[in-house]
Amino acid sequence: MPASFQTSFADALLDADRPIPHGVTAHNAASPARRFAVYRNNVVSSLVKALGRRFPVVEQLVGAEFFAAMARVFVTEQPPRSPLLATYGDGFPAFVATFAPARDLPYLADVARLEAARTRAYHAADAAPVGADRFAKLDYEVAGDLRIAMHPSAEIVRSPFPIVTIWAMNSGEQQLAPLENWRGEDALVARPLLDVQVRTLPPGGAAFLLALATGRSIGEATEAALADDPDFDLTCNLAGLIGSGLARDIIIPEPKGRRQP
Amino acid sequence: MLTASHLPACAGVGFKPVHASDILASPQPVGFFEVHAENYMGAGGPPHAQLTALRERYALSVHGVGLSIGSMRPLDRAHLARLKRLCDRYQPESFSEHLAWSSHDDIYFNDLLPLPYTQETLARIIEHVDEVQTVLGRQMLLENPATYLRFSESTIPEVDFLNQVAEHTGCGLLLDINNVFVSATNHDSEPLAYLDSFPLDRVREIHLGGHAEETDDVGAPLLIDTHGSPISAGVWALYKHVITRTGSIATLIEWDNDIPDWPTLRAEAAMAQDVLSTASRLSAA
Repeated sequence: MPASFQTSFADALLDADRPIPHGVTAHNAASPARRFAVYRNNVVSSLVKALGRRFPVVEQLVGAEFFAAMARVFVTEQPPRSPLLATYGDGFPAFVATFAPARDLPYLADVARLEAARTRAYHAADAAPVGADRFAKLDYEVAGDLRIAMHPSAEIVRSPFPIVTIWAMNSGEQQLAPLENWRGEDALVARPLLDVQVRTLPPGGAAFLLALATGRSIGEATEAALADDPDFDLTCNLAGLIGSGLARDIIIPEPKGRRQP
Repeated sequence: MLTASHLPACAGVGFKPVHASDILASPQPVGFFEVHAENYMGAGGPPHAQLTALRERYALSVHGVGLSIGSMRPLDRAHLARLKRLCDRYQPESFSEHLAWSSHDDIYFNDLLPLPYTQETLARIIEHVDEVQTVLGRQMLLENPATYLRFSESTIPEVDFLNQVAEHTGCGLLLDINNVFVSATNHDSEPLAYLDSFPLDRVREIHLGGHAEETDDVGAPLLIDTHGSPISAGVWALYKHVITRTGSIATLIEWDNDIPDWPTLRAEAAMAQDVLSTASRLSAA
C-alpha cells in the first residue's frame, strides 16, 4: 500500500478529531494516542511559535494566550506550503482581519501587515542604495521625467490607524504613552543596508512612492501624490526618498532629440 | 565524482544569530559551525551577511530540515535547487538531512515525521538520497531519527535500514546520539545494542543535544527530542562509548530552543572536545 501511511498520518496531524492512523503502535500500547499527540503538538506549536517570531507586536497587543489560540486556528486552516518558514504567515494579516474574537482591535490586522512587511524586508535581495551625490548631479530640467527603481526591500503599508506609533511603542522602539493623536499612518518599511527601518510617511508620501514603484515618473508620481493629499511636499518627499536609501537606481530618460519619430 | 563530506574531527556548534556578535568578536575554540539550510534561503539581508562572515572563519556544515527525504512522493525539486544554490555559494564541508518526512501533499509540517521501515520505503529513500547527491554533486549524510512510535508494518531494523541506504548510495551517516537515547527509551530497547550494531565506519558526524521527559499512554517515560537543555549524562556516556571505538569524529552541539548564552554553549562544545582529545591521545599512545 504505497504512501498510504503518509496520507493517513498527515491527515491526522492537523485534525485532532481524527483517530490516530492505522498501523501506528508502541511497545506498550496498541493505539498510542499520547505518543501520536507528540507529533500533533510539535507541528502545531512549532508553527504557532514561528508566527510568534514573525508577529511579536501582534502577540504583545493581544497577549500570549490569545495569540496562541488565534495562531492555532490559522495554522490548521492555512498550514505552510513551503519549508521556508521565514515567509510563513503572509496570509496571517488577512486572517486576523476576519478573526471575530479580535474584532475589538480594528488596527490589529494592519499592525500584522506592518510586521509581515518587516520580515520580507529583512530577507529581501541586497542592493546598494543610490547616494545623495548622484541626485545632486542631476539636471533639474529632466527631474520630472526621471523614474526611480525602488529598493527591493521597500514596502508601503497604509492604514487608517496609527500603526507605526502602535508598533514602535510595543516593540521597544518608543516609550509606551497614551496615544494623543489617533489618526491614520502610512508606514514605509525598508532595509537599504542591514537594518530594517520603519518610518511614518508624510502626507501624500505613500501615493508618491507607490506610483514610483509601479514605474511612473517623478512628475506623474507627484500628480498622484497631490491628488491623494494636497499637502504633499515634493522637496521633503524627495529628500526622504534619498535619505532613506529607497532608490536602487535612477532611470534617466533619453534626450528627446534622439528618439525615433 | 561526489565531493566527500569532510568536516574537521572537532567539536562544533549549531549557529544561532543571537550569538553572532559574540562569535565574530574574537576567534572561538570551535572546529565548525552548523546552520539549518532553510534559514538561509532568502534573497539577501542579515542571514547571508552573517553566514558569509562565519564561513570566512570556520568550517561549515549545512543541515537541511525541510527536504522530506522520507516522503513517498517525489522530492520537491524547487527545494532541492535551493539547496544546491546554497551549497554552491557557501561550499560547506558537509551537507546532511534526516531519515524522516516533513511535507505531504504540499503541506509543510515543520517536524521530522517517522516512516515504516520496509523494502518499499527503503527503495524510495535510496532513490531520494541518490537524487540529492547527484543534484548537489556531494556526498550527503543521513541522520537517524528520534521517534515516539512505531509502525506495525516495519520489517527492517532501523540500523539495517540506514546501513543499506549508505551501502546503495555511498552516503555517509550522521549519528545523533541523543536520538539513539530518546528512541531507545521510547521503544524500551537497548541504546548500546543499537550503537554496537551501527555501521560506525560510515559515520562522518555526530550530533549531541538535550531532550525533555514526559510520559506516554500508560505512564512510561517518553523522551522528546527538544534541543532545549544541556546534554544528559546518559547521552554523554553513550558518546564516550562511541568515540572510544571510532576515534575522533566531528561532533555537533545542537541547542535550538531556550537558547543559552554563548559561553554556556561553548562550554558544552568544550566538553565534547575533551572527549575527542582524550580519544586522540589514547590512540596516539
